Amino acid sequence: MISVVIGQVRRLADAAEGGRAGVEDVLLWAVLPYVAIAVFVLGHYWRYRYDKFGWTTRSSQLHENRLLRIGSPLFHFGVLIVLLGHVGGLLVPNAWTEAAGISEHAYHVAAVTLGTAAGLCTLTGLAILIYRRRTVGPVFSATTRNDKLMYAVLTLVVVLGLAATVAANLAGGGYDYRETVSPWFRSVFLLRPDPDLMADVPILFRLHALSAMLLLGIWPFTRLVHMLTAPIGYLTRPYIVYRSRDARLGARAPRRGWERIP
Amino acid sequence: MRVMAQMAMVMNLDKCIGCHTCSVTCKQTWTNRSGTEYVWFNNVETRPGEGYPRRYEDQERWRGGWRLDRRGRLTLRSGGRLRKLLTIFANPRLPSLADYYEPWTYDYAALTDAPLQEHAPVARPRSLVSGEPMKISWSANWDDDLGGSPGLEERDVVLRQVSEKVRLEFEKTFMFYLPRICEHCLNPSCAASCPSGAIYKRTEDGIVLVDQDRCRGWRMCITGCPYKKVYFNHRTGKAEKCTFCFPRVEVGLPTVCAETCVGRLRYIGLMLYDADKVLRAASAPKETDLYEAQLEVFLDPHDPAVVAAAERAGIPPDWIEAARRSPVHALISTYRLALPLHPEYRTLPMVWYIPPLSPVVDAVRDTGEDAEDSGNLFAAIEALRIPVDYLARLFTAGDPAPVDAVLRRLAAMRSYMRDINLGREPDERIPAEVGMTGEQMREMFRLLALAKYDERYVIPPAHAEQAHRLDELATECSLDRDGGPGMGGWGPFGETSGGAAPVAVENFHMLRQRQTADRPAGPSETRGRVNLLNWDGRGRPPGLFPPRRDGAGPGGTASRAGSGAAETEHRS
Repeated sequence: MISVVIGQVRRLADAAEGGRAGVEDVLLWAVLPYVAIAVFVLGHYWRYRYDKFGWTTRSSQLHENRLLRIGSPLFHFGVLIVLLGHVGGLLVPNAWTEAAGISEHAYHVAAVTLGTAAGLCTLTGLAILIYRRRTVGPVFSATTRNDKLMYAVLTLVVVLGLAATVAANLAGGGYDYRETVSPWFRSVFLLRPDPDLMADVPILFRLHALSAMLLLGIWPFTRLVHMLTAPIGYLTRPYIVYRSRDARLGARAPRRGWERIP
Repeated sequence: MRVMAQMAMVMNLDKCIGCHTCSVTCKQTWTNRSGTEYVWFNNVETRPGEGYPRRYEDQERWRGGWRLDRRGRLTLRSGGRLRKLLTIFANPRLPSLADYYEPWTYDYAALTDAPLQEHAPVARPRSLVSGEPMKISWSANWDDDLGGSPGLEERDVVLRQVSEKVRLEFEKTFMFYLPRICEHCLNPSCAASCPSGAIYKRTEDGIVLVDQDRCRGWRMCITGCPYKKVYFNHRTGKAEKCTFCFPRVEVGLPTVCAETCVGRLRYIGLMLYDADKVLRAASAPKETDLYEAQLEVFLDPHDPAVVAAAERAGIPPDWIEAARRSPVHALISTYRLALPLHPEYRTLPMVWYIPPLSPVVDAVRDTGEDAEDSGNLFAAIEALRIPVDYLARLFTAGDPAPVDAVLRRLAAMRSYMRDINLGREPDERIPAEVGMTGEQMREMFRLLALAKYDERYVIPPAHAEQAHRLDELATECSLDRDGGPGMGGWGPFGETSGGAAPVAVENFHMLRQRQTADRPAGPSETRGRVNLLNWDGRGRPPGLFPPRRDGAGPGGTASRAGSGAAETEHRS
């Protein structure tokens, strides 16, 4: 394990000397992603272990419904489509879509149109929600500092992402992130991070990726955790849940020597 | 036959005087925390009236409970699973805080801090939610005792359903109180609505609970419950509901609302039922059949076949014995006096009500006739369609026959027992008229009028052989577990970290913290304002008392509180 890490570090150090990427590039694009992922995973584990009670959406619909009814679905459905778009754009290599007979241009047009629309929905919804949070008294007083930080980072990520897409398409006729950002993203998960790929990426894309890593890092400690417990199981479970009182006995470990014999 | 036991309650509405003691003691026990200021697990409504939350019975609007779809299958009125997930980001049928009421407190400090002035200072109301000054316009029992007020016929959902004539005359007729808790239904639609599966029905005693560690605040249960007895804690973001005081019931004590009921109108006991029949009963084609259908779900604990099946299902013998002595079983199945609240919601509720005879008796007495003569009373029940129709809308989905039968039995009992009390020869024709014997009638009278504590509450403690494994039994110190929190307080990451603590431990710590804290429970940012409902008499909430002049300051109080803490620890 340790030797693998050392090997990786050596390889990256060589890359820093030989390739175009500097030390800071290595830190940003080969170290930071793993830090963010580690915090994301371990943070959720910790939160689930120690703060199940705090694991909730912290909904404020009770206080205000008029704005929420528009803003919340707009944001959530928007962000779900954006998420799907990212999965498609980052995880599916060029070769696969081309093999499926989709030309680069067609893919690009579809992705930009759908992505911009979904991004605008997300941003509009987020704007409505933030406006609501600030102006509706009870909702604002139910807002914690943690929430404010989360909203700031979330807005930053969405704005940067949308800005990168719009700017690239307005100014330069489009930027093919599937040649650079996507392979880099996959390289992180293949445990062979290649910071060189990110060296020449436009600044907005790079900032978007960095802010996303920041969001991943704070994610487990905010109300965003509710995403991981999206109730998909509801579609299949029986309507009425029966539970035995005995199930709760695990709450208290028996004293040594008094364990139950199965 | 799959036998299950259900802890159930019956309330005798004739005895309810609307004193709200049950509501207040329940609130002090369960919902005196911030986030639950507006929550009343137990509330007492004046009927006719809007109820709490307002017009909660209007299922066209709130879509609570179940309905039959076109093919006659049971479905949630608010929509199926997929529809629930698609509307999860903004529940379209969620009552807002205004439908309950905006909780408030008063600027008590203004009363004592105000300088000498011409006019007496006023403690202005302030919202406990936003902290802003507010105009009080509604609360949980705002229409208390206003049974016949003008305009109500438009706002009472049940009254709208009865006939025009009734509506025009209702203000002359009657008023009664309806205490409500969670119904702990056999077919709970709140549990079915919960996307996370956090609401569950306990297999041992049928109590419906919210697992606070699994609730994610999706809010679907609040829509799902047609009685609107699941509430959203707006500070923790979790659903909370009546617990049937399970920590008390587990050790054989009645719920707090029953224990403190001044009129002694509540009965608690076990019902045995056949879980296999629940779905069929809830799917009865006609709404008026639901009462009878639910009666058929219940099992007779005196039947040897039922006892054998119950034993096979693992129900301990003392529980079966308790089911035989259950006053609830007697009132529901033997005497058929109790009726379910709104059976048309198809949840098979398990808190039943003996409908009040008093409106009829009062009406007869007002005419100058003998209100306890059985002939007069029977005739009056027939003539006074108004209360019967209204009660039928509440308890039998609109079918007046069962309500009529109950009122006749109650009226007959009144007449029959009056002869006995006056030393006259009892008239055996009176019980015969309602299909009972004099012996049965005397026993029914005993249960309704004389039953003592141990007859009204037949609650078998959770299995004695499991005593050591239960949360609440203090047969061993609940803190002395290996690697447990010991006496040191909470887990490493604050109040709720470190896994689930037994309720007893939580209560112990909470109580000790509150008793030794210098500041009262509740949001501290609303400085100078005290929520009296949240104040437990300890500490000195700023703004409640004027500052001390003698220089002792809060230190004096602190030292008293300190000695109190020492006592507490000594005792524990």
